[in-house]
Amino acid sequence: MGRFILRRLVAMIAVLFAISVVTFSIFNVIPNGDPALRLAGRNQSPDQISAIRRTWGFDKPLYVQYAKTMEKVFTGDLISYANQVDVDREIIQDVPRTFSLAIGAALMWMAFAVAIGLYTAVKAGQFSDRFLTVLALIGISMPVFWIGALMNYYLGFKWKIFPNGGYVPLTENPIDWAYHMILPWTALSLLFIGVYSRVLRSNVLDTINDDYVRTARAKGLSERQVLIRHVLRNSLIPIVTLWGLDFAAVIGGGAILTEKVFDLQGVGQYAADSVGQLDIPPVLAIVMFGAFFVVLLNTVVDIVYAALDPRIRLS
Amino acid sequence: MTPTPPILEVRDLAVSFATDDGVVQAVDGVSFDLRAGEVLAVVGESGCGKSVTAMTLLGLTRSSNARFSGTAQYGDTELIGASEEQLRKIRGAEIAMVFQDAMAALNPVQRVGKQIAEQILAHEDTSDADARDRCIELLERVGIPRARERVDNYPHEFSGGMRQRVMIALALSCDPRILIADEPTTALDVTIQAQILERFRELREQTNAALVLVTHDLGVVADIADRVVVMYAGRIVEQGTLDEIFYDPRHPYTWGLLGSIARMDRPRPKRLPTIAGLPPSLANRPTGCHLRPRCPHEFAECVKIPPLEARGESIPTHPSTAEHTDRCWLSTEQKVALREFAPGEIGLGTKAAAS
Repeated sequence: MGRFILRRLVAMIAVLFAISVVTFSIFNVIPNGDPALRLAGRNQSPDQISAIRRTWGFDKPLYVQYAKTMEKVFTGDLISYANQVDVDREIIQDVPRTFSLAIGAALMWMAFAVAIGLYTAVKAGQFSDRFLTVLALIGISMPVFWIGALMNYYLGFKWKIFPNGGYVPLTENPIDWAYHMILPWTALSLLFIGVYSRVLRSNVLDTINDDYVRTARAKGLSERQVLIRHVLRNSLIPIVTLWGLDFAAVIGGGAILTEKVFDLQGVGQYAADSVGQLDIPPVLAIVMFGAFFVVLLNTVVDIVYAALDPRIRLS
Repeated sequence: MTPTPPILEVRDLAVSFATDDGVVQAVDGVSFDLRAGEVLAVVGESGCGKSVTAMTLLGLTRSSNARFSGTAQYGDTELIGASEEQLRKIRGAEIAMVFQDAMAALNPVQRVGKQIAEQILAHEDTSDADARDRCIELLERVGIPRARERVDNYPHEFSGGMRQRVMIALALSCDPRILIADEPTTALDVTIQAQILERFRELREQTNAALVLVTHDLGVVADIADRVVVMYAGRIVEQGTLDEIFYDPRHPYTWGLLGSIARMDRPRPKRLPTIAGLPPSLANRPTGCHLRPRCPHEFAECVKIPPLEARGESIPTHPSTAEHTDRCWLSTEQKVALREFAPGEIGLGTKAAAS
């Protein structure tokens, strides 16, 4: 276990290094990527630009620039080229919003997916199964920017059932926080509920015919105990992997569309805005931030997986 | 055998499944009695309906495409028509099952102790600690060394034989009156098989439980059974005591089964005799006697279904009990004469000569 975590830690450093190099390089090869142009602002003269090049070190070789930028990432001195704001402060401001969205949505989609997946598997072939299957397919097919905008317009703006975007910190008012988050959570969860409930349904249908489920019935357990303790427990194991990876993507700022549609001003939205301005420092920092969660949750998934299935040994 | 009243009376049990290929008649008119302390072997080729018969007794074959008829009277309860709740109380507590492949039949992600305790807790109002103590005791009783530590192991941490012992410990945990073992030793090598059979024997002596042993291994049957039911294509074709079936088999199918065993005590045949042909598809069985297409002794009468009845009274040289019944139109004299020429060496003659 200790060795396993150590190895993953080393792998994490390697992954973060590789990702930072790739991200940094991309911005130096794309047209119009020159950071001096961003810093110089609108009314720029060639003299200004070359002065900026010197002071910011853009005239140095790329690897020196990379090393300097990375140093700033770790010391927290990273400054946005587009508006000279401290990147770390900006991210720290955005993180609670992204975390609120990701954690809430992940719990929501898992809970609904388990309930719907199990129900449709038990009712397989019946009307309720088919009905929910169609609903799941609709959920999978609806893009977030569309359903999110609809929800915002009707539920938020027109009928005023929910607030029309915005964010209230959890520490300030938990009820208001949840009230503001319900629409984003729902919009983000719909797709995942659709996918996960379908996967779980087929897992349950596979498991329900396993010999040990028959044994469980032969023991005299109630159908409910058989389903929860034996069928669901074993059907959930593959879902955990899926869940960990999707959660990692969302918490690392991957729910860009949802954040944008509901104007949550989270990390994803910040990343998207920064990419639009070809602003390397925030993009670099957020990419590393996201990659960190992906690697971290991968490791967590492996550990949880081994805990759920004793046949798997971490090595 | 002591004429105690049967604890389980199965009458005209029929099970069919509606499938894409038509209606599969898995079990067709099966009747037998089971008495306390008795070992009843149900033998036959794969797919003859023996496992379905066993599982149907506990309602484990119930599904939306299954149809049942007939009765299985256990005490005051008729098992075939019983509600799920009635059956739930009987399953594991009064009638327990040992399945063939213990690796698949035990939950891979649950500790074995927990799997056994779960059954105890499902039927008895007792504490977790008490259930655990009983698990350890049970594991010791079926011969698992260091049971106190092994109780917390997972199924994959046991060897095949030990896993089957866990299965048996599980089945015994509530002192059932009937133990149904579905090919309990098929996946095991012969030494382990002998040990497992020894456990069954001990058990029956200790608890006077009845054992229904579903198997296609006639060696196991010879070792442990009191009475034998021979099934073919969903029907019982012959039924009798162990000696009657092994030393005085009446049905050509039984001759075939007995003839196709490799025997140490006879000169080795050039080729091990087999029963020619394959069992019929249960979705499309021949009319009349189901063995007809494979039977060398077929004659005009065989297009009608022969009843399962005692036919032995007529010849004084081969007396048998009223319970020795078979489904074949041949006369007993013909059978006695014909089986002498059946392929393979059937354990014919008197019991004394063979033993």
